[in-house]
Amino acid sequence: MLRLEGVSKSFFPGTPGEVRALRSVDLELATGSWTIVIGTNGSGKSTLQGAVSGAFPIDRGRIWIDEVEVTGRSEHVRARWIGRVFQDPFAGSAPSLTVAENLALAERRGQRRGLRQLIRSSSRARWREALAEIGLGLESRLDDPIGLLSGGQRQAITLVMASLARPRLLLLDEHTAALDPRSAELVIALTRRIIERDGLTALMVTHSMSQAASLGDRLIAMHRGRPWLDVRGDAKRVWRAERLHELFSEMRREDRFDDASVRIVVPAYR
Amino acid sequence: MTVLLSTIALGLVLALVGYGVYLSFRVLQFPDLTVDGSFTLGAATAAALMLAGWDPFAATAIAALTGALAGLATAVMATRLGIEGILAGILSMTALYSINLRVMGRSNLGLVGVKTIFSPADALVRRLAGGPEVMLWGQAVPSDVVAQALTALVAVLVVAAVLWWFLRTELGSALRAGGDNPRMIRALGVSHEWLVTLGLMLGNALVAAGGAAFAQLNAFADASMGIGIVVIGLASMIIGRALVGQAAALPVLLASVLVGSVLFRMLVAIAIRTGLEPNDLRMITAVVVLIVLVVPGLFTRLTGSTLLSLRTKGGPRAAS
Repeated sequence: MLRLEGVSKSFFPGTPGEVRALRSVDLELATGSWTIVIGTNGSGKSTLQGAVSGAFPIDRGRIWIDEVEVTGRSEHVRARWIGRVFQDPFAGSAPSLTVAENLALAERRGQRRGLRQLIRSSSRARWREALAEIGLGLESRLDDPIGLLSGGQRQAITLVMASLARPRLLLLDEHTAALDPRSAELVIALTRRIIERDGLTALMVTHSMSQAASLGDRLIAMHRGRPWLDVRGDAKRVWRAERLHELFSEMRREDRFDDASVRIVVPAYR
Repeated sequence: MTVLLSTIALGLVLALVGYGVYLSFRVLQFPDLTVDGSFTLGAATAAALMLAGWDPFAATAIAALTGALAGLATAVMATRLGIEGILAGILSMTALYSINLRVMGRSNLGLVGVKTIFSPADALVRRLAGGPEVMLWGQAVPSDVVAQALTALVAVLVVAAVLWWFLRTELGSALRAGGDNPRMIRALGVSHEWLVTLGLMLGNALVAAGGAAFAQLNAFADASMGIGIVVIGLASMIIGRALVGQAAALPVLLASVLVGSVLFRMLVAIAIRTGLEPNDLRMITAVVVLIVLVVPGLFTRLTGSTLLSLRTKGGPRAAS
């Protein structure tokens, strides 16, 4: 479970360029739920992920993961509970380390790093199995530097890495945005398999309306630093890709007005 | 033969600096200029302690510790005080110049006739050879030169082995990953700041140990002996890398630093033989590093193949 209470975050505060990226956001994600977050550029969806992962301190509010309050904790401490996949497919792994070493590091996410050898032969079978699941034949490349693999292959492995030590929360930050369509498809299929298999609580930001429509059991559209639309279950199924595109046009029109004149156009959507 | 062995001994001692620089510049990808100061700090500390009657091995160990402290200072500036890494190193290096003068009490210390870390091996070699000279391939070589080369070889091999072990532990692997990709290692629950601190402490400890050994090899410590040492360390690393290539496996890379360091000393020795003066050393160093950085790329561009086949071990293939 993830809970946010009154979370606010501004960038460049006190300057003419101040951006109020999150405005007193209250949000609760149930354990085992898969929430999709969409929104225009600057709507606050990536800031939301950053606030949860601890990439920066928030200005106000509190954040809990299950019963643990993580508000003041640094990014690497929160990693104990959070698995992450970034937009940049090269951001989730260390290129000069082998595939096996990357997996082994991820397997100990959030644990103390001691002076035991990282690679233990007992783990290799498990990793091979996890890689075989991707379906790209990566199980034979455990000992290659991961930097030799393509973006799609690395992103798939990053996803496996994020789920190796079962996270309480999986953060996916537009994790297919930088991939070619075929790789994106493969990574999405893998995402679905892993989340469903492990019953993970996931928060996934995406720019793809078709992903937003077809994946997850809850949909949040961020706008101007707040959830603008929040639907789940049957109510979510109504939101097909075309209708989401319409919602986007509406949100973009909104963006042309300044703060003082924000109109609430679509209360009916809620 | 004597010249060759001395050159090898010097190259091996400076390989310690190469390993220190390897840790900060390559593993951690942190351009650490503290090295110029911590090399002298190691030399000054060891020299001062030995002149005060300390055992040379204990003095060298303390010297390494002071190097770790210098690395810690740079790390604190870079990670806690938000100072750019390169500037943090420059600040440490500058401060260390004064500190080193304090440690020595004057601008240089002589170590002639003082027992050094090379003395036990010297005694052993003398006993085995039955005199102060050893016959090697028909040439008489002073026992102390043989002892220096042997001691340095053992020390460097031990350091390389320990690094090989350490860099494959959970912590050492995290250090490598942290240099590669700070964002990733944070997301996996390791403080990147802590890794930088650890890496700089280890790196500068090795550099200071190298400085201590260098002082004992040359029987003096001097306040300005560290100037440009970072480039000498880089030279070992870069020459080694030019030999084996970017994608070489860890043990090969570690060995390449050692080989690179010895090779570099030989290049310098040859340069001096051709009439250049020891005063030209820094110039030679810079030029050699420049050549080594440029030539492999140039060679590849001109011929379409790499300098050595090892260079492309596991090259960039299969980017589908």
